[in-house]
Amino acid sequence: MALTLTDDQKMIRESADGFFRTEAPVSQHRKLRDTADATGFDRATWAKMAEMGFAGVLVPEAHGGAGFGHVAAGLIMEAIGRNLSAAPMLSTAILGTTALVTGGSAEQQARYLPLIAEGKRLFALAADEAARHAPAHVATTATPSGNGFKLNGTKGFVLDGHVADTLIVAARTSGDHDSRDGITLFLVDATSAGIAIERRAMVDSRNAARISFDDVQVDGADVLGAVGEGFGILEKVLDAGRACLAAEMLGVSSESFARTVDYLKQREQFGQKIGSFQALQHRAAHLFCEVELARSTMLRALVALDSCDDRSSQFASLAKAKCGEVAKLATNEAVQMHGGIGMTDDFDIGFFMKRARAAQETFGDIAFHGDRLARMMGY
Amino acid sequence: MDLLDTFRAETRAWLEANCPAEMRQPIARDADVCWGGRNVKFTGEAQRLWLERMGARGWTVPEWPREYGGGGLSKDEAKVLASEMRRIKARSPLASFGIWMLGPALLKYGNEEQKREHLPRIARGEIRWCQGYSEPGAGSDLASLRTSAEDMGDHYLVNGQKVWTSYADKADWIFCLVRTDSTAAKHLGISFLLFDMASPGVSTSPIKLISGASPFCQTFFDNVKVPKQNLMGAPGKGWDIAKYLLTHEREMIGDMDAGGQRDSVSQIARRTLGMDAAVLADTGLRTDIVRHEINAWAFALTMERVKDEAKAGQGVGALSSMLKYYGTELNKDRQQLLMSVAGSDGLAWEGPAEGEGDLARGWLRSRANSIEGGTSEINLNIIAKRVLSLPGA
Repeated sequence: MALTLTDDQKMIRESADGFFRTEAPVSQHRKLRDTADATGFDRATWAKMAEMGFAGVLVPEAHGGAGFGHVAAGLIMEAIGRNLSAAPMLSTAILGTTALVTGGSAEQQARYLPLIAEGKRLFALAADEAARHAPAHVATTATPSGNGFKLNGTKGFVLDGHVADTLIVAARTSGDHDSRDGITLFLVDATSAGIAIERRAMVDSRNAARISFDDVQVDGADVLGAVGEGFGILEKVLDAGRACLAAEMLGVSSESFARTVDYLKQREQFGQKIGSFQALQHRAAHLFCEVELARSTMLRALVALDSCDDRSSQFASLAKAKCGEVAKLATNEAVQMHGGIGMTDDFDIGFFMKRARAAQETFGDIAFHGDRLARMMGY
Repeated sequence: MDLLDTFRAETRAWLEANCPAEMRQPIARDADVCWGGRNVKFTGEAQRLWLERMGARGWTVPEWPREYGGGGLSKDEAKVLASEMRRIKARSPLASFGIWMLGPALLKYGNEEQKREHLPRIARGEIRWCQGYSEPGAGSDLASLRTSAEDMGDHYLVNGQKVWTSYADKADWIFCLVRTDSTAAKHLGISFLLFDMASPGVSTSPIKLISGASPFCQTFFDNVKVPKQNLMGAPGKGWDIAKYLLTHEREMIGDMDAGGQRDSVSQIARRTLGMDAAVLADTGLRTDIVRHEINAWAFALTMERVKDEAKAGQGVGALSSMLKYYGTELNKDRQQLLMSVAGSDGLAWEGPAEGEGDLARGWLRSRANSIEGGTSEINLNIIAKRVLSLPGA
């Protein structure tokens, strides 16, 4: 499949660009932070995103979604990255939808997918426990109880966990702490008795929560997929999230790069534009190349997900690793080339560096994905 | 798609019938690469037959027009041919500066007579070309070149010296940048001349490199008479042709890695270092290798995307500079990693074993990748100027 956009995808890119630039620009992100907004995003904007079909971008049409696919989802995430728009797009529209589409029963899909597409129900993935991403490391337990299970344990980094209506919880029904076998996924109402949610303000002003489960009773009907076989679903959910985070990071990279190149053309020192100095020109030109490479990996990962390519996991890891490294470089260079003003809170460029750092850590950085890729390729 | 499927089936059948078994083996030595030319020495009948058969079909240059000896294939058909050749691991029948560099410029700037004279002979591998660009005083600042071509009425009289002329001692003809107007601004006094290396007054002298090999020569012109019809394009317009040709050269150098024919560093490392508990036995090198392969993979995908975009009429400007810069830096990185993987065995230079010293020579050769055809720094300058429009670039 070609690494070019179809006409439909180009239209989605244009509408997403226009939407986030006007409806959820960097200034909205700043305002949410400055007002220490309890929700952490703007619910009215999310409702409009549902109207635009963004919330249901991966929800099949049969369940009331737009069913545009992963390339489209990535283009939306890229626009989000460019504008640093805060929205539960990743947690609900990408992770929540993928979990339900991949592992959900017909009943679960019929119940939840239309609500996601309408923007009426928020999801959060409560999987990671270790500070360094390690999806198989699940110590949270699910022990048989009544007609279902009791959950006990703590999840440290649950994106949008403080506002979610439904938590997708990875818990161990058998096996060792780090075993891929024996992990089970549950759909858990966030208001269930025994759940304690503590919001954590993160460096990028996005939402994450620490969530503890103390004898939380869940029904057998709320198991997502088969008991003990949740890891396969979790990997698919994470891969979709990784590819979409790669897209968001590409947006962060390209926007901070564009702002930096503009600055190089305006700022004067020694009586000339600083962009005329070769020391900066070569770094900017190198960065241009890196952003182009990152774009290729991102597109390939999204195309692979849409075409059910059996190398989807490899491409997701490649994109997450490469786009993460490029986002780090692009935002570091952006702050450095802006000089002193780049260090000030009044100036927006620092936001991009903060977001790049958080997105890079989320669901594995290059150390994690380099190791994963090498294993998948047999070394 | 139907027509393309038919083309694929026919191509597969033809290749099966016509590609000799010896030409489906990996390239092991320099001699396995066929450069053609008047004095070609084939490694055997298989190499000769393979060139003859592919040349007769125009498939040495699949996308060139048929009337000039090409295959007349569309981009899609050429992609099919390339993938079918990869499928049976067929070697390229012909390596040629005529194909990679001069041909595209001839198609764009040559007159009808020049196209008919030169293109078919390039396609069939009958004439081997070399490139007369750099001079001792004109490297990165190529436009300051001084080799002169004086208008003598019915011919030009060429005097001067070129350097870094690849395989000049083996080439039959040269495409050469010469100064026809010493009074014009430096970019405007340059013309593009084609002439026979057998002309009286042409001499070459190989340059020994740090790898021990001598792929480059110094080339001297002492009152060389060149017929005036050998001028390509208008007098004084040589710089435009030179730049156009350089973009093809840069794509070629940048693309050397992307064929996917070579073993990856990790494949070689697995054989050399072995495995321990399902991972490469040397975990430090493993990290370096996977980071290299992430970039190599990202680069290969970018080459693919650029081709797809070119087909769809989209595309990024100054691409050849990006591909040349990144591709050559990657190849240098690869060669250094391979040296690390080999450890002290990689330091071998000469010895009784087959291939002794090849790795070290390959590493040393690769250092020139980011110098020849425009240095990495020159290519970054071009990106800064043409893509980013930075001031004063």
